[in-house]
Amino acid sequence: MYRYDEYDQQIVDERVKQYRDQVRRRLSGELTEEEFLPLRLQNGLYMQIHAYMLRIAVPYGLISSKQMRMFAHIARKYDRGYGHFTTRQNIQFNWLKLEDTPDILADLASVEMHAIQTSGNCVRNITSDEFAGVAQDEVVDPRPYAEILRQWSTFHPEFAYLPRKFKIAISGGKEDRAAIYAHDIGLAVTKNTQGEVGFRVLVGGGLGRTPIIGSEICEFVPWQHILTYVESILRVYNQYGRRDNKYKARIKILVKALGVDEFRRKVEADWADLKDGHGTLTSDEVNRVTSFFVDPSYETLTDHDPRLNEFKADSRSFSNWLSCNVKPHRIPGYAIVVLSLKKPGEAPGDATAEQMEAVADLADRYSFGELRITHKQNLVLADVRQKDLVRLWQESTEHELTTPNIGMLTDIISCPGAEFCTLANARSIPLAKVISECFEDLDYQHDIGEVTLNISGCVNACGQHHIGNIGITGVEKKDHDEWYQVSIGGAEGNDSSISKIIGPSFTFNQVPEVIQRLIHVYLRERTETECFIDTVRRIGHAPFKEHVYATDFVAQEEKVADKHSVESAQYEIPFYSPRF
Amino acid sequence: MIIKNKTIVADDWTVLRLKEQDTAESAIVASGKVIVPLKVWQAQRETLQQRKDIGVWLASDECPEDLKGDIHKFSVVAVDFPKFSDGRGYSIAYNLRARLGYKGELRAIGDVLRDQLFYMQRVGFDAFAPRPDRKIEDAIKGLSDFSEVYQTSFDPALPLFRRTQRKGNSTAGTVQ
Repeated sequence: MYRYDEYDQQIVDERVKQYRDQVRRRLSGELTEEEFLPLRLQNGLYMQIHAYMLRIAVPYGLISSKQMRMFAHIARKYDRGYGHFTTRQNIQFNWLKLEDTPDILADLASVEMHAIQTSGNCVRNITSDEFAGVAQDEVVDPRPYAEILRQWSTFHPEFAYLPRKFKIAISGGKEDRAAIYAHDIGLAVTKNTQGEVGFRVLVGGGLGRTPIIGSEICEFVPWQHILTYVESILRVYNQYGRRDNKYKARIKILVKALGVDEFRRKVEADWADLKDGHGTLTSDEVNRVTSFFVDPSYETLTDHDPRLNEFKADSRSFSNWLSCNVKPHRIPGYAIVVLSLKKPGEAPGDATAEQMEAVADLADRYSFGELRITHKQNLVLADVRQKDLVRLWQESTEHELTTPNIGMLTDIISCPGAEFCTLANARSIPLAKVISECFEDLDYQHDIGEVTLNISGCVNACGQHHIGNIGITGVEKKDHDEWYQVSIGGAEGNDSSISKIIGPSFTFNQVPEVIQRLIHVYLRERTETECFIDTVRRIGHAPFKEHVYATDFVAQEEKVADKHSVESAQYEIPFYSPRF
Repeated sequence: MIIKNKTIVADDWTVLRLKEQDTAESAIVASGKVIVPLKVWQAQRETLQQRKDIGVWLASDECPEDLKGDIHKFSVVAVDFPKFSDGRGYSIAYNLRARLGYKGELRAIGDVLRDQLFYMQRVGFDAFAPRPDRKIEDAIKGLSDFSEVYQTSFDPALPLFRRTQRKGNSTAGTVQ
């Protein structure tokens, strides 16, 4: 993976110093909260309901065991012993004190990490394919370009006060695993017919209040020009994006208002004198950064370890895990292992300090000391020898990391929700827990097969509900109760689509039953080879809607109400706080 | 007092801001060194261009291209930041320098605070009028927050990877 040189280290160290002084000025009253807000937001620090939340950047989701151990240290020393991995491959700590944050940044800088631009109206962490470099369908490894873009966007002087936040994702496989259609800029690094590397550039995708699938603005930007081309997109957005209404301020609204052709014309006009200018990438620089992403020292091995098959036949749990959580690797004899952070009953994406240290040890022993964080809030060991799978499974089971549910219904994406976040209308994590407990039965889950369920506590869509096959959104109603809209038909990847709401919203306790009913219609209607999304696309919303609203929910409401209080957490101390 | 060329200096320019009852045509431009709004310049160009002591300032929603033919007439051009979170002025400055080739003083006015100064100097500002309720001696420290940067802008013209020989991975393939 990429390692800092003296320039990277100096920039991050100077950032710690600058931020420490900003905090000092805030604490002394020299800066008002209003003035401090954009400064702390450029650094991932949010003021939430109970405490400050700090979001730490994990560039394109790639992390070393040493860095993961630092997260464990931060969790113990400054937080309450756990952290939350996010849909943009970052980690958040939810219970921090403002005065500790400069020390946390100094700790992070000591392991080549930072929290630069993890929030605020600037270019955010660049996200990428969690299987980059090891996927069988990879066309070009996106990681060197993700790192080059990280450096380019870090403290870019012109684009720190954009109309709104700006998210870039980059994928390099035939299948998009980075949700590039749902980003402000989506990049697919690819090769043209002459074998030259370049980028298909999508612009104006995004979720939030107005979900839009990104439009292609250029079919092929040669690699040399990607930085200047992205610069021109940002300059057009910075000048013309709306600033009068934050809900209309994302680039997708501008692209829609101008039309993609006019937007492209403006970008190309801006780009005309930048093309081939000083900002153009050099092959020296690409080669330098690529040198950090060469293959680790793989052994010469073969697939189909006979002992694996034996053990598979003996252990149902292992065989479930193998089929669900282990993915094919491009090198014979190796496998990609997804460690599930979605154990039913736990908060999706949460990991304790002990788990972080355990996965760091597993990475050292089984995967060249590296880990990835997925946008579905799980962890990945990308380079595991197939002959180590049994031992790895046994060891990670001890740390509750082997729930065989990757891609299944209980592999839920969830935002932190109203327990933590001032924006949310409703709780997300407790709902995810209740739903996953409802579908805990693995045989049932495996019978249902692949389906994605994404939960956001409000329309801002941090839980990416629009691109879940089933999406759940917390909505606001007058009586301050929690209500949830349910939508179906969303998808990410090459066939991205935005889900549609099925009808009037539900109470917290009705939602699990709603999901049951949706699944019931799918199981009733599916053909042999169909996943949930295929059936929705074939038969449409009507049969689902009809069944969900056909009968009332009274009995289920009572049943669940026995297990949990239904007080909205937003207005008082939450009844549920993870792990204590 | 303003910050100019990284030092605190006395300043004898005044910035004309239109009052509600003023129009660009009717606004009275006092004698002496005055930085007038772009609209006033456009409306009173015939008389104002007779004077040597006129600067012009752009609001954040105005286009630097509107000054295209006139840009070299000014020794001071200012860009207004109505709120520090309004980042349009950074692109305006970049375009004034890089596209229009403006070489004179480029001054940031309005909601200008210490923590923006580093970015502002990089897109081409060389003069800053920090908000008067803050100490200018503190504000000037913002210019030296960082000693190195990655990307090109107006300053520096070359990105880090064209300015220096950076080290690649000598231990390619192994993880420490």
